[in-house]
Amino acid sequence: MADMKIGAYVCQGCGLGERLDTKALTLVAQKEGKAQVVREHEFLCNSQGVAMIQQDIDEGVNRVVIGACSRRAKAEAFSFENVAVARVNLREQVIWSQPATEEARELTQEMAADYMRMGCAEAKKVVAPTPNPEHGTNRRLLVVGGGITGMTAALEASRAGYDVLLVEKTGVLGGFMGKLHKRVPYREPFADPQVTGVEDLAAMVTKDPRITVFLNSTTTRTSGAPGRFSVDITTESGQTKTENIGAIVMASGFTPYDATKLPEFGYGKSPNIVDQAGLEALARAAAAKGEPMRRPSDGKDIKSVAFIQCAGQRDATGTHLKYCSGHCCNTSIKQAMYFKEQNPDIDTAIIYTDLRTPGNGEDFYRSAQRKGVIFTKGKVASVDVGASGPATVHFHDLILDDKAATMKDVDLVVLATGQVPNSGINIDIPAGAEDIDGAKPTEQAVSVLNLTYRQGPDVPQLRYGFTDSHFICFPYETRRTGIYTAGPVRRPMDIAQAVEDATGAALKAIQAVENAGLGRAAHPRSGDLSYPTFRREGCTQCKRCTVECPFGAIDEDEQRYPQFNEGRCRRCGTCMGACPVRVISFENYSVDSVGSQIKAVDVPDEFSEKPRILLLACENDAYPALDMAGVSGHTSSAFIRTIPVRCLGSVNMIWITDALNSGYDGVMLMGCRHGDEYQCHFVKGSELANYRMSKIDDTLKNLNLEKDRVRVLEVAIADIARVPELINEYAAKIQEIGMSPFKGF
Amino acid sequence: MGDINTAMTEQYRNDFLKEVEANVEEGQWVKMCMQCGVCSGSCPLGPAWEHPPQEIFMMIRAGRRDEVLKSESMWMCTSCYNCIVRCPRELPITHIMHGLANYAHRLGLAPKMNPTRRFAKMFWKNLTKSGRVNEIELSVGLYFMDGFKTGVARAWAMKDIGLGMLKTRRLNPFGFVTHKGCKDKKGIQKMLKKAQEIEDRRKGFAA
Repeated sequence: MADMKIGAYVCQGCGLGERLDTKALTLVAQKEGKAQVVREHEFLCNSQGVAMIQQDIDEGVNRVVIGACSRRAKAEAFSFENVAVARVNLREQVIWSQPATEEARELTQEMAADYMRMGCAEAKKVVAPTPNPEHGTNRRLLVVGGGITGMTAALEASRAGYDVLLVEKTGVLGGFMGKLHKRVPYREPFADPQVTGVEDLAAMVTKDPRITVFLNSTTTRTSGAPGRFSVDITTESGQTKTENIGAIVMASGFTPYDATKLPEFGYGKSPNIVDQAGLEALARAAAAKGEPMRRPSDGKDIKSVAFIQCAGQRDATGTHLKYCSGHCCNTSIKQAMYFKEQNPDIDTAIIYTDLRTPGNGEDFYRSAQRKGVIFTKGKVASVDVGASGPATVHFHDLILDDKAATMKDVDLVVLATGQVPNSGINIDIPAGAEDIDGAKPTEQAVSVLNLTYRQGPDVPQLRYGFTDSHFICFPYETRRTGIYTAGPVRRPMDIAQAVEDATGAALKAIQAVENAGLGRAAHPRSGDLSYPTFRREGCTQCKRCTVECPFGAIDEDEQRYPQFNEGRCRRCGTCMGACPVRVISFENYSVDSVGSQIKAVDVPDEFSEKPRILLLACENDAYPALDMAGVSGHTSSAFIRTIPVRCLGSVNMIWITDALNSGYDGVMLMGCRHGDEYQCHFVKGSELANYRMSKIDDTLKNLNLEKDRVRVLEVAIADIARVPELINEYAAKIQEIGMSPFKGF
Repeated sequence: MGDINTAMTEQYRNDFLKEVEANVEEGQWVKMCMQCGVCSGSCPLGPAWEHPPQEIFMMIRAGRRDEVLKSESMWMCTSCYNCIVRCPRELPITHIMHGLANYAHRLGLAPKMNPTRRFAKMFWKNLTKSGRVNEIELSVGLYFMDGFKTGVARAWAMKDIGLGMLKTRRLNPFGFVTHKGCKDKKGIQKMLKKAQEIEDRRKGFAA
């Protein structure tokens, strides 16, 4: 756009006209903001107001500055095609955040004027984004794993009209569910084990014209980005076929925890000690022969069975799995019923510490009690076994507080070991190192997806080897755009939950291919057309962007320059924040677009007693909280100047130093919680920002400034009352340490 | 009765649970307990029980036959029904406690000197004799249950209440001789005898 023509509009509605001198604001935009067209309007978001702006656009305005409400309000009314729009938040964060008194009028007006200057500065530096020309349009889905999760995902996607490639490592569809005798009931009255129906499901998948099944196959190479993934599917015999696909659902399932690690429970010492998978095998074998289950060691009748819950799970010592696998209580109840079905006189005791029966399991639990399954709250210490014959279970009865409780003559002991996710290689751990959680689920791990990404061959993990996802806000999202995990690889779960999970992940994959096809971002900036570009001449090949990108979107080309895969990018700007030479930018968000806003603020001199505090607020949580604080009538300091950022990760250090150099008295950063319980929409953004800011002390020392001139805060979207408090607290602190010595230079 | 009394039960097997199910009133509910402990927490006399209801249920499932049947605990129940009201599994806990006490008594395993048991026996005898309770006989019997000396002391402690009751004609001091009982004493006794026979037959106590 050769000729820049800025149009600045100030709304007088919602009380803006009464509280502010809107005429003066238009003059600020005209004189200082260099807006060629300036207008006031009594109700800017109504059809008349919008038509007025549109007419100016038709007559040549190509940058629009709207001084009205928050960018989070009236987004539809103020969306104009092919022009860059800068929203100036005069309502929520100026008049609503300031007291409506005559004394406050001057400061409120100053605040509004600054925001107008900032809006005009931003408008000069941004253009309306155009879609990325590199986007892929493949709409086919790849599902890795042919268990219940994978089959469900494939069928759901097929029903929605998408072609699916289903890759299964073994020679048969069904996964772990295919190894079960029966499943925990999923229909009323939730009283008896039900047939799994896995064969019917597999037949449906095989027959489905939209689904292509690859058995005995693995994904040996995955490259590309959403809409244009290229995947090598290799069969056991070594034949490789390369397929193009749009998005991936990874449903690689779980492996039962290795029961040989539990010698105290006698596993391996006698065939009469089995894990839950082992019991399913016994039940299937017996059912196939049409005979009752018998004692494995000698084929004698079974009279007594003990189930040991949490075997190698929920282990606080760190030797075994630390977590609860969620399904095992229901599974043991189901297995106890196998015996009650066989002969109601078989004693079945389930030894548990905390019985947890998710879903409709409570009905199932009651049904088992009615059938005479006995539940004993206790912690098993050991199981004594001879080479054959019955075992003795020693446990601490927690109700009777009997440390020496024993169950004698137990014919079969079933260990409820947990689920270990098949999540491939943990890319955060150097090869050979121990897992920080001590669970070592990645031992001898084999990659599932074999991604050619610079950051590693598999999807990143969060805790205990499960793939990273935000369990409340965006459960299926991984840190690899276009790749969605579902089922027990994501978190421990049972069949019913896996079915739900698979459906959700299939839907997310469909969204991903549709967005990719239009060159738009996926969650959380869904629909965003902007994408990062870099100035090659300026790049020093420091690789910070390629290392720090939370989504592994940036590879390296042959000349070791960053190579952006725009389709994988979530538009958080973490690369932009990381770049020490500031060569990375978006069309509508750049170091310059924020930097000029910072510099546009009018900083009064040292003796004015009017400090200026810059607040960089995460647009996902902190900025909405600030808006809502205004809506709820919480007032805060008039010296604050807020700029929303895509993520704290996008904050480039230059903004901080520029702000301090140009006389700001303090800088606040508000982002999301980081760490294991992170709330950052871009997973690592706030963490990286915190890490970078931890190094700010040196900079401050060099500038001879106090440590408190910069403050990083964790804020959640619900902190509506807290946010103004934080601002006021900090404003008081700045008052205490005094004005910055850098004013007027 | 001898066999049943010395029945061997192995720990954590279902034998005793099945015995309770067959012989104890509402015993079939014991297996439905989910060990939440709300009953024990709700019992106003809870702290006085050696084994609160939750524990009793667990002991039954653990096959601790002797410990349960010889226990004083279920005799402590005052039938306030707090536990029944609160049990999330809707177990008739009060009734089970009485059922267990009754079963233990029938087996002859109940603690001989348990005051509740002794009073219950006294009450039953008093009631069935005439088909109607003889109040003065019952209260004097209760006071002097443990001998003359303690009886005098107990009666002395209650004298004000007793005199008050006399004054308001709530207590007939001549009840020992004037108590009449119901119309068809023989009929009542016959009926009770028949009921006892039926129950004995059902629960396997038949001679």
